[in-house]
Amino acid sequence: MPEPEVRLKTDTTYTADEMMTIAAARLVRNGAVLFVGIALPSAAANLARLTHAPEAVLIYESGTIGTKASVLPLSIGDSELAETAEAVVSVPEMFLYWLQGGRIDLGFLGAAQIDRYANINSTVIGDYRKPSTRLPGAGGAPEIAASCKEVLITLQHARRAFVETLDFVTSVGHVDGADGRERLRLPGRGPTAVITDLGILTPDPPTRELTLTSVHPGVSVEQVVEATGWPIKVASALATTNPPTANDLATLRDLQARTARARTSTTPQFRMS
Amino acid sequence: MLRAYLGSDLPKYNPNIRFIECPLTGERLAAVPAIRPDVTVIHAQKADRRGNVLLWGVTGVQKEAALAVARTIVTVEEIVDTLEPPRCAPNPVVLPAWVIDAVCEVKGGAFPSYALGYYPRNNAFYTRWDAISRDRDAFGAWIDRHVRGTRDFAEFRQSLERAPQHA
Repeated sequence: MPEPEVRLKTDTTYTADEMMTIAAARLVRNGAVLFVGIALPSAAANLARLTHAPEAVLIYESGTIGTKASVLPLSIGDSELAETAEAVVSVPEMFLYWLQGGRIDLGFLGAAQIDRYANINSTVIGDYRKPSTRLPGAGGAPEIAASCKEVLITLQHARRAFVETLDFVTSVGHVDGADGRERLRLPGRGPTAVITDLGILTPDPPTRELTLTSVHPGVSVEQVVEATGWPIKVASALATTNPPTANDLATLRDLQARTARARTSTTPQFRMS
Repeated sequence: MLRAYLGSDLPKYNPNIRFIECPLTGERLAAVPAIRPDVTVIHAQKADRRGNVLLWGVTGVQKEAALAVARTIVTVEEIVDTLEPPRCAPNPVVLPAWVIDAVCEVKGGAFPSYALGYYPRNNAFYTRWDAISRDRDAFGAWIDRHVRGTRDFAEFRQSLERAPQHA
């Protein structure tokens, strides 16, 4: 399906995915220690480091700390992550000392399904024993969801994703609302924002229920309501997301172009001498 | 000992995730059994002639895999007289010879992945592998032709190079 393009008065067009990436990048504080995966979250974290957050520390769960890669990694095991890192540690050390040790400010997570309390599913669609779709699985997500000081979730806003009840709870967000996390004694604050291609949702402070607090330019509240499988709460002071700046777009597109070139370059076939 | 899994459905389906109460803090933590393989095979950059092994970069869980087990086999890019990491090699790890059972020199042994300091990953192979591995019959045919049908690693590489598009 072609990506919807949004046209601004200044005639700078951008895609919904670009808006999503840039909106997520904006939530990265300069100097924050980030736990990064691949795909859109990786683009958002790297974009933040290349724009307003040059001192952000990027950490990949493969063990690379403080990576300054010039292209987006295809996998968390990419050599450039190790070559540009300040330090590289083993995976057990990464999970025990750094993640569970409470050293990570912000973790990025994606999901196939999300519920109103930002619990997420990346395991199966359908019954676990006989799923209609087997998803990539948890990876480090449960640990990231539990132990990062905060979590940012990015995903496409669609009814099949924003569901009343998850087919499977892979990683915990705000559990069943209110002080759910505190009752489970989970150390991190959990998801503080969900960024989609339609807008931004944040947990309502007392109930922790996801509330639409911003719609992206050109998006209506009706679209968001239609794309959500529960009666979504809308903030009374609903904002419109600031559109991408020219610098945001140029930096992101340049990063993606460099990445595409790196991935399609013909690597020399290894010769057995 | 893991802090995650509380509130997740994973423990419902995985009987190996068990909850305990920490005797020191009272926290509810998830315990999982230690993995104790019979054999570990890993690929590393160098070994010396006594069998000490040096690996560096994203070592992942390779050191743990080697130490968790009864027998460890290591394939290496090269066997050298003196074990020395290159300058600025990130995260150098030495496995002493007395935890290793066998070392084999296999240049290119990380293929299709990369060996840091030696060669890059063959991304094209991974892209093609998607289609091959998605279908049981295609996967079986590929294994029969290139793995079961070849004598050793060198022949495996030659078989791949002769095949159109690594079919």
